[in-house]
Amino acid sequence: MAEADESETTGERETTMSRAMVSAIASEMRDSDDVFVMGEDVADYGGIFDSTDGLLEEFGREKIMDVPISETGFIGAAVGAAQAGMRPIAELMFADFFGVGMDQIYNQMAKNTYMSGSTVNVPMVLMTAVGGTYNDAAQHSQTLYGTFAHLPGMKVVVPSTAADAKGLMHTAIRDDDPVVYMFHKRLMGIGWMPAPDGPKTSVPEDDYTIDFGEADVKREGDDVTVVTLGLHVHRALEAADALAEEVDVEVIDLRTLVPLDTETVLESVRKTGRLVVVDEDYHSFGLSGEIVARATEGALANLSAVRRVTMPDAPIPYARPLEQEVNPGREDIIEAVQSTTE
Amino acid sequence: MISDTELQEMYGWMVTARYYEERLQEEYLEGKQPAFDISAGPIPGELHLAAGQEAAAAGVCSHLRDADTVTAPHRPHHVAIAKGVDLKRMTAEIFGRRTGLCKGKGGHMHLFDSTVNFAGSGIIAEGCPPAVGAALAAEKRGEDNVAVAYLGEGAISQGGFLESLNLASVQNLPVLFVIEDNDWAISMPKERVTDVGNGSQRADGFDMPGKRVDYDDACAVYEAAGEAIGRARDGNGPTLLEVQVHRRMGHFMGDAEGYRPEADSERAKQRDSIERMESTLQKAGIDDDTIDDIRDRSHQRVEDAIEWAKDQPEPDPDEAYNDVFTNPPAGWTPNTKPGQTESAGGDD
Repeated sequence: MAEADESETTGERETTMSRAMVSAIASEMRDSDDVFVMGEDVADYGGIFDSTDGLLEEFGREKIMDVPISETGFIGAAVGAAQAGMRPIAELMFADFFGVGMDQIYNQMAKNTYMSGSTVNVPMVLMTAVGGTYNDAAQHSQTLYGTFAHLPGMKVVVPSTAADAKGLMHTAIRDDDPVVYMFHKRLMGIGWMPAPDGPKTSVPEDDYTIDFGEADVKREGDDVTVVTLGLHVHRALEAADALAEEVDVEVIDLRTLVPLDTETVLESVRKTGRLVVVDEDYHSFGLSGEIVARATEGALANLSAVRRVTMPDAPIPYARPLEQEVNPGREDIIEAVQSTTE
Repeated sequence: MISDTELQEMYGWMVTARYYEERLQEEYLEGKQPAFDISAGPIPGELHLAAGQEAAAAGVCSHLRDADTVTAPHRPHHVAIAKGVDLKRMTAEIFGRRTGLCKGKGGHMHLFDSTVNFAGSGIIAEGCPPAVGAALAAEKRGEDNVAVAYLGEGAISQGGFLESLNLASVQNLPVLFVIEDNDWAISMPKERVTDVGNGSQRADGFDMPGKRVDYDDACAVYEAAGEAIGRARDGNGPTLLEVQVHRRMGHFMGDAEGYRPEADSERAKQRDSIERMESTLQKAGIDDDTIDDIRDRSHQRVEDAIEWAKDQPEPDPDEAYNDVFTNPPAGWTPNTKPGQTESAGGDD
């Protein structure tokens, strides 16, 4: 994964995912006057989910721009600035808010390179918070991975650890195309939203990039392949540990959706013959279906069982027992894995 | 106030744009008669022509440099011509040719010419936010470039426009918003779209100067735009300008305008901004031979562009798969054919 070899790097420390993201942004801003941040509450507040925490102090308001609550306006302004040669990082506070700015995202940001025959490019990062687990209900809890990955012209990145978050952010900012960087709120290490064990990792202090399109095999196993991303990487690893006595589970963290590392998925299912896709996005017409389709196109003869563990096709409810019911948990993953070997 | 050179240049753009639309109309209808098939003929798809709107393009673009940005909506040709977009390559794009501005991938609503910072968007009012962004980039770099966003009067109730006015105002950015009021939002007359007859009054809500030019007089537009662009270049923020223009053709080619009173169409044809410009040139002492010469050369330029464009090769079908990304990831493909799913990250 990371190009820097962790064992040899002297400067390395354990950090949260949000600090890792911020350190990548800060480093890129020190290197280039073209990089700047714009979004709602990114300056004094530091980003509602800490994604820009502390940047105002070092870079000032010219570079860390609070903008009006006006997603079409400021995301579109980022598109225009990027086309003019800047490298803006625009934050969409919640991915759920895409509806009030989506034209700029999918009709302008994502298409202008193609429609112009590559005479224009749009080197910007659209950074956005995703995910539930904290009772924020239907309009503030979605992951919507499939929505963004479905529409052509955007690269889509979903980190699950601090080390990945930093490397993927460096790559995203340096990329000459628009990158949608979807970070899960529960993984950030925010004081008021405790993260599970796992996303807080050792992170090299030096800059490094992680190539897009390289899934990470988090745990090797011979019996069942679990393909997942974001928060559910950690839930899948917990499930795999709990099953260790009976089933040998391989856990793959996709890390990027566009491009998608199909080959790593195929290699794994050719070995295990069993595929479980775990996705916090909705069940139908989305990411889990895409992974299953690619597995069947590429390794149909090897497959003996396929399961999907996802959010149901229902809006996300508020009350604790209701949300816990719909968001795939460790036990749901365990059951699905077990069912593939029955 | 306006130099003879500028007057002649504006007139040249206007007659070029008018003749361009008339000739494109002819080319467009070829193969679409007697039965109108939108996908047939040398120019397929929708075609929104701007005959009658030339003054709004010429009067503004006369103040612009190549480094200034212009975003145009679905009806862009007159603005592109006045901004200095390469006419041959623009025409080739409209004819869907490989050597077009966008390799045949954009078409007439999505014209991009980065050499003169011109960009189109077919979504109503959504060219406004990127124009604000171009102005933001200029400001951040300490350059005195400006951005101009064109939109129609049918777009002035769109969120993207209103959000852009606010953002440009609160950030004090060098943007000029130009509303081309041609009275019609496809089939909706202006009075049924908004209770504010003077669209430039929208500026009041954003503490921004607003001005309306009631006649499609390129010189009046020139004066108003000059003041606004000068203010923007000096760091004094955005302006909203509305210009009364006229839609001499349908919303798009093939639009029979059954909703439009005959008298309204006639009125539009009688108020000809090009005749007005010719009399302005005459009053300025420019002789008829010079005017005729500008007109003839402009027409010839259009003929040359169309002839060149029609002689250009069509794109290779496989080119449909290029240009999704500037920097395509290793192994990534747009999943073109059955069994050719991308293998990013893999060895093969």
